[in-house]
Amino acid sequence: MKIGGFRIPMAASLIVWAVLWEVVGRTGASLIIPPLSAILARMFEIVPTPSFGAALLITGKAFLLGNAISIGVGVPLGILLGRSTIADRMILPWVTMFLSAPLSALVPVIMVIFGLGQTTIVMTVVMFAVWIIVLDTRAGVQGIAPSLVEMAQSFGASRWQAFTRIYFFAALPEILSGIRLGLIRAVKGVIIGQLLVSIVGFGSLFEIYLSRFLMEHFWALLFILFALAFAINEILVWLERKVEYYASSRH
Amino acid sequence: MMAKPKPSIQTAPPAIVQVKSVSKTYPGGVEALRDVSLDFRQGQLTTLLGPSGCGKTTLLKIIAGLIPASGGEVIVDGKAVTGPGPERAVVFQDFALMPWATVLRNVAFGLELRGTPRAEREAVAEKYIGEVGLKGFENRYPHELSGGMRQRVGLARALAVQAKVLLMDEPFSAVDEQTRRKFQEDLLQLVAIERKTFIFVTHSIEEAVYVSDRIVLLHPRPGRISSIVEPDIPRDGDPEKIRRNTTYIDTVEAIWQGLKQYLD
Repeated sequence: MKIGGFRIPMAASLIVWAVLWEVVGRTGASLIIPPLSAILARMFEIVPTPSFGAALLITGKAFLLGNAISIGVGVPLGILLGRSTIADRMILPWVTMFLSAPLSALVPVIMVIFGLGQTTIVMTVVMFAVWIIVLDTRAGVQGIAPSLVEMAQSFGASRWQAFTRIYFFAALPEILSGIRLGLIRAVKGVIIGQLLVSIVGFGSLFEIYLSRFLMEHFWALLFILFALAFAINEILVWLERKVEYYASSRH
Repeated sequence: MMAKPKPSIQTAPPAIVQVKSVSKTYPGGVEALRDVSLDFRQGQLTTLLGPSGCGKTTLLKIIAGLIPASGGEVIVDGKAVTGPGPERAVVFQDFALMPWATVLRNVAFGLELRGTPRAEREAVAEKYIGEVGLKGFENRYPHELSGGMRQRVGLARALAVQAKVLLMDEPFSAVDEQTRRKFQEDLLQLVAIERKTFIFVTHSIEEAVYVSDRIVLLHPRPGRISSIVEPDIPRDGDPEKIRRNTTYIDTVEAIWQGLKQYLD
């Protein structure tokens, strides 16, 4: 965008919105919207506190464990669906259904099965993350050049060798984008899980802030979580770019 | 190269690949091959030539064991083909290289699958990388190479497993004309050095006549053998001379006249 001959970067629009927020906040029009500057100051106040550290740790654990399970289950399952018509017919309908289902509604069910605790949060993360990983991996495997599959066969690759040395690597660009989308969904999963269980991690922090009407704290925490999700996404985008040359060599 | 006069009458070398009344109908009813019987002789380069739809690639893939025949059987080195085997190696039209692996690993891949120790398989791979003229490119990745160089990698990979029969599916069709000519010349040398049996699929008449000891012409829809040509062209001299040889030119012309009728 250009205004009066000056190139204005895209991010400049954020400044406009930030100023608007600050002005609205200072007029005191709404208790829900404190001034942005106060929220930013609160962010630096919250982060070093032990309650934040504990919440981050427990959330991080659930997030990492949930994603590890999602990747560990999702990638092999996706490869299987991509290579086996029978498995695809049997399992794909469930994958697409869970992908579009309102998963938050399932959290209470998970809670009944796994109780009010960390396990429920981890399972919620898996529930949110795993399906897109399966679907993207499947698409990646189906996109493998047929000649690459024939090549592996003709040189005598066993089924296991074909899976681990050809299919996995050939589908890696799609697998990585599945993992990236899975991680973003996992952020939702971990927060929704914690909010519903509400005695764990950031969920309990949100609960405390909202029940005491600490809007500055609430927004500060939300911004931090937004920033974390954004950072995770950017790291994965960077990783994906490193394997981009695969796609250009496909037919 | 020695310019030794060719012995005029020779006992034909034994058939290493025997195709016995093979037919193939794809699911959906397309009849690709009907009752094809054919012998491929040891140490020779035999070309399957014909217009698209004549089943030449299908026949190659059946010999490779990549697709099953609907009827008949293929015998390679005395054994019936039930799938791919170590005595056969395939060179693919689109190279089929692993983009995430270096030239060295790509060439050694056949041996890697067989569990050959790393040092040993890499030594073998290096030898063949040199033989196809890619010395110094061992640690490059396929996307850093030109199309012609990529196919050299594919060729080296097929040579590295030391198969008796090399199956080449239009290996030069995805490279440019200049590279293709150089390839054809190199292939002649390779046939002379390696003493392997080559089965070569192409739709280019000139290419077939230039490289082949024997050309099998296939009819389209359904694929059947229409005739077999054995161009009697001296191949031990200057490779450029072949393209000016009158037998070469006449054979190309004769095959073209024969194939013309199948064009719409």
